[in-house]
Amino acid sequence: MSRIKVTVAVTGLNNIDSPGPGIPVIRGIRESRDFDTRIIGLAYEHLEPGIYMSDLVDKTYMIPYPSEGKDALFKRLLEIHEKEKLDVIIPNFDAELFSFIKLEKALGKAGIKTYLPTLEQFEERNKSNLSTYGKKYGVNVPSGIEVFSISDLSNTLKSMKYPVMIKGKYYDAYPAYSEEQAVAYFSKMSAKWGFPVIVQEFVKGTEVNVIALGDGKGNLIAAVPMRKQYITDKGKAWGGITIEDQSMLDLAKKIISQTKWKGGMELELIRNSEGQLYLLEINPRIPAWVYLAVGVGQNIPEALLKLTLGLEVKPYTRYDVGKMFVRYSYDMIVDLESFSKLTTTGEL
Amino acid sequence: MSKQVFERPTITKLSPGVPSKHGVGTVIAPMPMIDGVKVDDLMDTYGSPLYVFSERTIRRTMEDVKRAFSVRYPKVQMAWSYKTNYLDSICRIFHQEGSWAEVVSGFEYDKAIRNGVKGENIIFNGPAKSAEELEKAAKNGSFIHIDHFDELFMLSDVCQRKDIEARVSIRVNMDVGIYPKWDRFGLNYENGEAWDALNRIMLNPKLKLMGLHTHIGTYMMSTDAYRIAAAKLAALADEVAKKFDYYISYIDMGGGFASKNTLRGAYLSGEDTTPSFDEYAEAITSAIIDSQIKPDKLPTLILETGRALIDNAGYISGTVLANKRLSDSRRATIVDVGVNLLFTAFWYDHKIHPVGNHSGLVEETTIYGPLCMNIDVLRPSLMFPALKRGDRFVVTRTGAYNNTQWLQFITTRPNVVLIGMNRDIHQIRKAETLEYITVNEIIPEYLSKKLK
Amino acid sequence: MPIKANIALSENGFVFNPSTGDSYTLNNTGKEALAFIKEGKDISQITSIMLERYDVDRITLERYLADFVNDLRINNLMEE
Repeated sequence: MSRIKVTVAVTGLNNIDSPGPGIPVIRGIRESRDFDTRIIGLAYEHLEPGIYMSDLVDKTYMIPYPSEGKDALFKRLLEIHEKEKLDVIIPNFDAELFSFIKLEKALGKAGIKTYLPTLEQFEERNKSNLSTYGKKYGVNVPSGIEVFSISDLSNTLKSMKYPVMIKGKYYDAYPAYSEEQAVAYFSKMSAKWGFPVIVQEFVKGTEVNVIALGDGKGNLIAAVPMRKQYITDKGKAWGGITIEDQSMLDLAKKIISQTKWKGGMELELIRNSEGQLYLLEINPRIPAWVYLAVGVGQNIPEALLKLTLGLEVKPYTRYDVGKMFVRYSYDMIVDLESFSKLTTTGEL
Repeated sequence: MSKQVFERPTITKLSPGVPSKHGVGTVIAPMPMIDGVKVDDLMDTYGSPLYVFSERTIRRTMEDVKRAFSVRYPKVQMAWSYKTNYLDSICRIFHQEGSWAEVVSGFEYDKAIRNGVKGENIIFNGPAKSAEELEKAAKNGSFIHIDHFDELFMLSDVCQRKDIEARVSIRVNMDVGIYPKWDRFGLNYENGEAWDALNRIMLNPKLKLMGLHTHIGTYMMSTDAYRIAAAKLAALADEVAKKFDYYISYIDMGGGFASKNTLRGAYLSGEDTTPSFDEYAEAITSAIIDSQIKPDKLPTLILETGRALIDNAGYISGTVLANKRLSDSRRATIVDVGVNLLFTAFWYDHKIHPVGNHSGLVEETTIYGPLCMNIDVLRPSLMFPALKRGDRFVVTRTGAYNNTQWLQFITTRPNVVLIGMNRDIHQIRKAETLEYITVNEIIPEYLSKKLK
Repeated sequence: MPIKANIALSENGFVFNPSTGDSYTLNNTGKEALAFIKEGKDISQITSIMLERYDVDRITLERYLADFVNDLRINNLMEE
């Protein structure tokens, strides 16, 4: 069978200590036997490592930040499309998803396919809406309150027990053990990600995650549960292991089927000492540890690409339990010329 | 060979920090024209700085909002919010488009009358109406929106003494699940105050209950809050109907629709995140239609939207006065538009476009106004092209509140022009003069002698 | 007014200072001005060339060229 030629643009090439999912997504796609893929990297920063990984990324273009507005992004994507004839874009940052969802139709008209949740699905699972979400779908959620000011925060803290989690609107979460710490994190989060900042009840237990893929009709196409083994000071898993846990799979199935989620997602969960699962967060895209799923038999990036192209995908039902991922960092040697070209022309 | 445009030479250090998801990559388009008219021509004639309004944009926006609501609801009435912009010409455009006047002071009330609005088409809001103002409004048949119990009793007393009747509504505040909760205006829904006031009005022969009013906040990015508010007002209307067999004639949802400006501290651009009129309309009208109110008794829906109707139609153009380097080597640009003219700079990240072409390269810049005051900052930090002294720029989406909250501080206020439907230019407010500012000053005799 | 000899200027307006490791980008006029400085031209020579090419008056040009050279100095790109 001949491979299908396809050009796929991918964001999230920031393979740093708090990595974006771009590179593992590309690895999954590269390993597919059904596709002959040209990978176009889309980068926001000049030093996203993926830009310089020429064996994985064929060409990279700089794109404007989501904060510049979707029109600026669209214009730039069309410029790139003109040169590269993109078939598919896979966005991998939470903060850019809003713009891509809003652009989905326009991109489609230009011949670029995406596979994204609807705006309603995206907003509904927003950190600040999680309590409502938990009630609506019958999922345990730690109580969380949105705060907009320091006096707001102080009032909220009066009725909560330390530690509490202080979370940014899009990214970052820190445990605070005192009001002083909470205020410090509040200032940091609000400066970086805007308002609201979310104060969440701290649930003690084991951090477990599920990666899942939904087809938008309620079917669960792939799902792998993982327990974090080593967590960095940024809260990212540096090592993790696949586990056999039907309750986690059931939860993923329930959420995907009830919400008719379209695209990749990650459920961040905590299992407390009584064995109950609490949903901490739903990330509306493929997580950075997706390559573990590929390694245990579920090539989620490939499946996502097939769904995007309208190809049939049989749901994955099994995976290897007890396989681990161990992340590592690696120093590439880069010529100044590449950096100079990227910074002055916006492409490499 | 014609000469090239000169951009001041720049060198920008690349800061190769750890990749973050924040920062550079700006696209700033030049803006040589406003609504088809050359900015340079406008500024050559009317000076700098200059306020510019586009009549086309105003009328187009009005059409858009009327369409969004009237396709979903049978009876819709707009009321122009005077405090948002009470330049007479601007108000008159809205009145021509069918808007009533919504005023919050005696001054605004008289301005509306002067603009030819009939008394019965004026909505009188606000917490500070005087007995004389109430009497005038009652006699004119205006809709008086009662803000608190003291006002209710004062109005009742005025009507009694003067033997007149007043057409009234109450302003209701309520929990609609948003922050901050606006509970300082009006009577509370949840604690029964609003219901109490309605009962008193229904039993008072001098007061005729016309409607219910709420105004849930400002710059509302969530349409759901409007759905909740409309549902609560509809429930109140239904309670009145059940108890008194009386049907109010309108529900006034106030204003608060966001324009497309980006609020300071917001990560995503307001252009992307601001709900459309259709989205606001869907939330509000579906809540009223789905309520217990009988279909043949549906009240008129009044909207007092101000900001979302005028912000996009207003511009301020100005000129670069100087460039500076700050102590931390950041660049600063000083311009002739300050927070005295652009009050909204305190809460928006206003977009600023150079009038002329530039190379596309940008550097981190702070933009200061011309006032000798530390707070005079238009943008604390933005990526901006290298403009030089004398270069012109346009600040967009400045139509709301800047011509009412502007400050006569340190200097006089500049010309305001309107670009008409046929791209004809009308000066709608002349630049102030020293005489204009001092005409009401009175110098005591002993201070009026010439200095020796 | 010599620029440090080891400063590299690329065609796209990318500047690298090998002694500090700092990189810079220039806009078109900056690139042009720096290239002239590298060639050994002084400010008055550069001014007269650029006056021919650009739609700008002498005072403005001189003021911003001085500013630019000062920027180069602040960034340690000029010989002391």
